[in-house]
Amino acid sequence: MNLLLFSLFREKKRRRVVELTEKMVVDGGSRDGGEWDGRWNHINTFLERPGPFTHPDFEPSTESLQFLLDTCKILVIGAGGLGCELLKDLALSGFRHIHVVDMDTIDVSNLNRQFLFRLKDVGRPKADIAADFINGRIPGCNVVPHFKKIQDFDESFYRQFHIIVCGLDSIIARRWMNGMLLSLLVYEDGVLDPSSIIPLIDGGTEGFKGNARVIFPGMTACIDCTLELYPPQINFPMCTIASMPRLPEHCVEYVRMLLWPKEKPFGDGVGLDADDPEHIQWVYQKSQERAAEFSITGVTYRLTQGENTHSAILNSACATEVFKIASSAYIPLNNYMVFNDVDGLYTYTFEAERKENCSSCSQVPQDLHFSPSAKLQEVLDYLTENASLQMKSPAITATLEGKNKTLYLQLGLLDGQELAVADVTTPQTLLFKLSFTS
Amino acid sequence: MAVTKASKDQKYDRQLRLWGDHGQEELENAHVCLINSTASGTEILKNLVLPGIGAFTIVDGHKVSGQDVGNNFFLSNNSIGRNRAQAATELLQELNTDVSGNFVEESPEKLLDNDPEFFHRFTLVIGVQLPESTCLRLGSVLWNANIPFLVCRTYGLVGYMRLVVKEHTVIESHPDNALEDLRLDQPFAELKNHIQSYDLEGMGKKNHSHTPWIIIVAKYLEKWFSEHNFQFPKNYKEKEAFKQLIRQGILKSEKGTPEDEENFEEAIKNVNTALNPTKISSGVDDIFNGEQCNDITSQTPAFWVMTRAVREFVHNDGGGNLPVRGSIPDMIADSEKFITLQNIYREKAMQDASVVSKHVESLLQSVGKPSESISEQDIKLFCKNAAFLRVVRCRSLVEEYSVETVNKDAITSCMDSADGEMVLYLMLRSVDRFYQQHSRYPGVYNYQVEEDISKLKLCVNSLLQEYSLNVNVKDDYIHEFCRYGASEPHTVASFLGGSAAQEAIKIITRQFVPFNNTFIYNAMSQTTATFQL
Repeated sequence: MNLLLFSLFREKKRRRVVELTEKMVVDGGSRDGGEWDGRWNHINTFLERPGPFTHPDFEPSTESLQFLLDTCKILVIGAGGLGCELLKDLALSGFRHIHVVDMDTIDVSNLNRQFLFRLKDVGRPKADIAADFINGRIPGCNVVPHFKKIQDFDESFYRQFHIIVCGLDSIIARRWMNGMLLSLLVYEDGVLDPSSIIPLIDGGTEGFKGNARVIFPGMTACIDCTLELYPPQINFPMCTIASMPRLPEHCVEYVRMLLWPKEKPFGDGVGLDADDPEHIQWVYQKSQERAAEFSITGVTYRLTQGENTHSAILNSACATEVFKIASSAYIPLNNYMVFNDVDGLYTYTFEAERKENCSSCSQVPQDLHFSPSAKLQEVLDYLTENASLQMKSPAITATLEGKNKTLYLQLGLLDGQELAVADVTTPQTLLFKLSFTS
Repeated sequence: MAVTKASKDQKYDRQLRLWGDHGQEELENAHVCLINSTASGTEILKNLVLPGIGAFTIVDGHKVSGQDVGNNFFLSNNSIGRNRAQAATELLQELNTDVSGNFVEESPEKLLDNDPEFFHRFTLVIGVQLPESTCLRLGSVLWNANIPFLVCRTYGLVGYMRLVVKEHTVIESHPDNALEDLRLDQPFAELKNHIQSYDLEGMGKKNHSHTPWIIIVAKYLEKWFSEHNFQFPKNYKEKEAFKQLIRQGILKSEKGTPEDEENFEEAIKNVNTALNPTKISSGVDDIFNGEQCNDITSQTPAFWVMTRAVREFVHNDGGGNLPVRGSIPDMIADSEKFITLQNIYREKAMQDASVVSKHVESLLQSVGKPSESISEQDIKLFCKNAAFLRVVRCRSLVEEYSVETVNKDAITSCMDSADGEMVLYLMLRSVDRFYQQHSRYPGVYNYQVEEDISKLKLCVNSLLQEYSLNVNVKDDYIHEFCRYGASEPHTVASFLGGSAAQEAIKIITRQFVPFNNTFIYNAMSQTTATFQL
């Protein structure tokens, strides 16, 4: 990573955000700091003392702490397993202006690791409860909750933050966030303005595995540059589900995908809620019936839900990176760390490379190669199945005879035609160029 | 509020997927001791309390300082001046009412002086931010009492863990990417008969396309044998030829083009692994040859009795092979064919397990123990995991620290990469020396940083000299460790807390494999390393 560019970014960024902050009304007013002697001793050694491994730009100062406490603004996406940990880590590292976004409410099965929630909080919004708990436990901390989807906000919201940390469990949401930060980038005469960069720290974890990465949009590899590292979800073939189940998992999928929409057990338009015990009980029972039909054993209640618990390790690595970047005390992780503790503890740290033709950050329209007689469905299939695109439900528009037309049918497109594709995986529209194979 | 089993299951659902009900039971029967409720300590405990550890006891003689509250989620500023063990217990207990939280307002040194057997009641002892002398004393007591000891510390941007356990056996190691146990190279009688019952050439298309790939590979192996003098495909060339043979078996349409037969494609794809010879890994072989396996007494733990029983099986009944595992991967097939095949393997596994069971029974009888002391369920689980058994043996702290037995080779060779994690280990040992000499750690106060650098350097040199380590420690690291001032930044403590708790859970549940024996985390570079010292 280009260190010179990084230091330029820090200086311009610091000035720019201070300006933005001064223009904005501070949410909720500042609370009594409740300082006491020695409170920040564990952090001050890194802010006030020179050292041999600090970032070349680092200047020891007693004011750095004030920057963290009073000015630096961090956004945490997700208030679940990772989110709760992140909020705690940041609050105890001197960050006070923290916003948290989460669209979920609390479920009983969250209580074994989302430690900011208690039994009495079940049903309430995660963001609200998490903020309350942190603000109560850490005097002076001002976490502002948003019980919303990330897609409910636009650039004006995201632009106010110095650093954004993701504690998400959805690849779609990650990609959307990635796209949003890329859309904030400002280029002057083709040169990236460093102050428009908002670093994205992303952590993911499941069971005994996890990863943490640092993304400087426009400079380092983005989420989509390395999309192949998130392999597409394994989907069972439809014929297996519909008529030839062999495993208990096939029976559960049958009930989830085929039986539920057919029987609508809780009413019209009521979707399956994996956190609702009554829904799960229904799925469990029906799965057992299905399994019995085919003499399959092994359908358990546990099988009817998908997730594993996680460990509180990767969040800490992410929070350390936030601290490093905000204080420029050390050179940040460059840029991807993988963790696995099934057998001992194993990590692998490497620099993920930018993809030259990344669909998100390379700004170059991608070529799509199809024969002139190909049907639209083939294009749609490609967009969803290709490992580096993995779209969910792409909608394609093209400019034909001066008008923007959404493509439903084959419409006599020309070689070299530009297609604009929108999808839930990104807030930006992606551009493709149609290239006919002979 | 009454806690029913169903509501606990709901709360712990996500983690039950990882270690099952039996693992959870072990967790709930465990009593862990934490020494020193600094941030590292409370983060470790948080990650044990949340999943429902049975009980914890914090031993800490310190009073809460302003500095302590600043980095610790489980200390509040109105606890300043109170005993740290008590203050932390309150906020940790609040996390989970299923757990029993206790505290002892006493330093570990005092307890070691007056009542070292205090520690005998614990399943595991976790020592955090311990001075070297205390660590070694406690290490001896626990080693002699056979209680696992996990040493943890956060020092600036460095995390450190040391596991001290004499012998830790693991049945359920849950390996990633385990090879299947299909026995295609030595099909047992029932499997042979089942394969015979298929007539690929005489089948209709529907059946042909839904025959499990295991059967396909088996059938074509027979063909291959007859043409190759009963030799298996051995090298790359032969395996490719074998794959071609299978490919030729794909049905053809009237025009002569091959039909879409996914099961045949699966067979071809799986040839490489399917032809792996059935054999016992060297790891498991080593376990079979362990001392504990040879001398079965009434004190022998169940693990070794079962190992011996399986060894007897291998030599007397299994033809040199472990009991059949009994599971097969999913594959394209119609339900009936798949389940029938799966049951062939399952039933053989059950048969083998019951033979092992008889061996267990006779071993137990021979030492005067009732056969119920090892359950059928345990034996079945053991047989299913026989290929994945693991035994972890850590060296004691005495062995690590003593000049005669220090692992010079490991230290010297790791120091070839002068900026790897080994230098951090040497620095931690050096600051301990500093503490012994000066009763404080280097660079705690700003004014000390400069002058302590040369003092710390002396400690480094004396350490290297004492152990005759011909390595070079860069001055930068000596400066950096003075700079740290023995601080404990929360994010590093939290990383350590998560890691240490996972290892503790592995020890308690006896599932997954713990590290052996020294783990270093470098938060500057976000890298880690494990050394066996």
